Amino acid sequence: MDPILFISIKVLFLGFQAMIPLALCAMGEVLAERAGVVNIGLEGILLISAFTATVGAYFFENAWLGILVGVFTGFLIGMLHGWISIYLKGDQIISGVGINLLALGFVAFGIIVVWGTHGQFSLRPEFTLKAQDFFSGWNVVLPSNAPGMPAQFLGKISILLPFTFMMAGVIWWILHKTTFGLRVKAVGENPEAADVAGIRVERIQMISVLVGAALGGLAGAYLSVDWNGLITRDISSGRGFISLATVVFSKLNPLLTLVGAFVFGLFDNLGLWLSTFSNFTVNIFGWEVEIQISNYFYFIRMLPYVVTLFVVAGVIGQARFPKALGVPYRRE
Amino acid sequence: MNNSIKAVLISIGTLLFIIGWWGFIQGNLGWETEDYRFDRVVSLLGIVAGGLLIGSVIRQGSLIRIIELKGILRPFFDVFAAVIVGLIVGAAVMDLFKFDPWLAYSSLFKGAFGDKYGWADTAFNATPLVLTGLTFAIGVRAGLFNIGAQGQMMLGAIAAVGIGSIAMPPGIHHMVTIMVAMMVGALWSLPAAFLKAKRGVHEVISTIMLNFVALWLVRFLALKVFGDPNRAEKTVSVLESTQFSTIIPGADVTHVVWISILAALLVYVVLWHMPLGYAVRSTGLNLDATRYGGMNPNRAMNSAFVLGGMAAGLAGATQIIGRPPVFALYGDLSQIATLGFDGIAVALLGRNHPIGAIFGALFFGALNAGLPLMQIRAQVPLEMVRVIQGVIVIVVSMPELWRLLNIKSHALKLKAAFEKPQKA
Repeated sequence: MDPILFISIKVLFLGFQAMIPLALCAMGEVLAERAGVVNIGLEGILLISAFTATVGAYFFENAWLGILVGVFTGFLIGMLHGWISIYLKGDQIISGVGINLLALGFVAFGIIVVWGTHGQFSLRPEFTLKAQDFFSGWNVVLPSNAPGMPAQFLGKISILLPFTFMMAGVIWWILHKTTFGLRVKAVGENPEAADVAGIRVERIQMISVLVGAALGGLAGAYLSVDWNGLITRDISSGRGFISLATVVFSKLNPLLTLVGAFVFGLFDNLGLWLSTFSNFTVNIFGWEVEIQISNYFYFIRMLPYVVTLFVVAGVIGQARFPKALGVPYRRE
Repeated sequence: MNNSIKAVLISIGTLLFIIGWWGFIQGNLGWETEDYRFDRVVSLLGIVAGGLLIGSVIRQGSLIRIIELKGILRPFFDVFAAVIVGLIVGAAVMDLFKFDPWLAYSSLFKGAFGDKYGWADTAFNATPLVLTGLTFAIGVRAGLFNIGAQGQMMLGAIAAVGIGSIAMPPGIHHMVTIMVAMMVGALWSLPAAFLKAKRGVHEVISTIMLNFVALWLVRFLALKVFGDPNRAEKTVSVLESTQFSTIIPGADVTHVVWISILAALLVYVVLWHMPLGYAVRSTGLNLDATRYGGMNPNRAMNSAFVLGGMAAGLAGATQIIGRPPVFALYGDLSQIATLGFDGIAVALLGRNHPIGAIFGALFFGALNAGLPLMQIRAQVPLEMVRVIQGVIVIVVSMPELWRLLNIKSHALKLKAAFEKPQKA
């Protein structure tokens, strides 16, 4: 097998696997931010819905029902956040931070009281989406290059990947080609004018937040029920915040969130992949250099966060956010 | 207000009042009684709540009348409400999972305030929380959501481990360790400050990313660089010349607690009695007015970041040089795992005021101090406290919480009457 080909297929696979949660969260957040509501609580939504999806899959013994429970959880948390930040005119950032704090405690507590294990619970493989016979996704297999060599199994691409691409298109279409999308943008830019024009500002904002949060719930369910097949107390590990960075990267364009999510997801997954390596030797111009990956483990795990920080710092000057972002709308 | 509602409220108030008094008399038997169903402070709370309820109804007003007071009482009501809602939701969650909420809370209370060791434990747990709370509070005063206390605090802790193992005379060593930890914390806040000022990156994103980087960096340093060759689970202990001595023999609280209180007072003086603090608070209130007033909002924000980083670094140091008997950092970072995020709740509960942070830290310190007893007696997992904390923060973010009571007061009706003609 040509190593270059192997590496490039592996990289594509890693990126596609890890981009799904980031892209789903980010495109939902794009919709919400276009309507003028920031949801810092994405991290908490990911974490809680990953947990409830696992609970659902465990008790209903069906991965799809687990995913559904996850989406519904995201929807409910979105309702709480929307209610506080849109109807009660509360502080959006504090509400989101509160959701994140609540998620940290709730999931750690829930794993203990539901399964009696500390910090982690693995679903039985047949209850994960990976093991479904029907619409479960596609195996990525590298064919063997020499007779007698077995084919290499890289992993599985989830059925949610095409769904993610489709959703990006749908949200772009809603934003730019429908009346609802026009209203969303109007509400985000100038809620007073939108209100005068007869648009129900709060309702539009609430719908946007709910859609965004439900997509976040789907992303959380993907993390536990599909990708990892297990729930840990820190399964989201900053992905909610990385997807907020993806929103910045995409300049609030749902289609560009796919690109951003692929880049960030690649580094996210690359770190996880590299940290499973054992030591290996490289031949550089005749010198045998032994690379002890275990010494670099901690620095490899930093990779996604450092890359996110640098990319956001490089990109953000060009991003333009809606004028009324983060400001609760009050009728005067 | 309806007469029947009045009657119900008055009877609830009277009931609370009577039960409170009875409990207070029972509780006088002492702390050692096994029957802690009616402890002194709980019953006092009952008396106060009952009295307020009766008083508010009799005085012709309603709950909202008192709560809408523009005076000094208003913030206390909001905070009190948030705590109560947090505890109630916590009780509901415990009930859901078949734990005994009353047993849990009463053992929590006994663990935190039951005897002098309980009080000592509360103070010990509150010490770092005051400081991480200060980080968030200073940020909010400058209009920033600086949630980077977690990473800055971790680096401060590992810096204290590093400096603490270099031989120096006592006294000077204490000072040097604290100074270096504060500087390292401030250094770790600089990238966020720079990105905010020069590139406009929202501080929530940058500080969270820095927190994760710090987490892995500190894990690396704690296990690979400063690891104890004799005991794998912790770093080397700091030298005796930088260890703080305990206040009460047998309890964990050390004299480092005074440094924490001193820091809160210092931040108060800086924010309210110095030009720098004026610029910081002005930046948080109105950016344009600050600029027009001849101050530099960017500089004020940077100072807020640096001050916050110093407080967070100090918080990390207190967990090393004020942590008997090991005076070291555990490799799994369990002793500092959530301090930074707890600080957010502390600051919000203290209304983002440095002095308020002390009380907020006392509350959450008490929760943490009571945890072991709660776990032993009621078998409730430790994580319960994080649930309560999250709920409290969510409730604090609701400014018009009292509208939810749905009691139509005269004030509200008047307001509505005034608002209607303006809309047309």
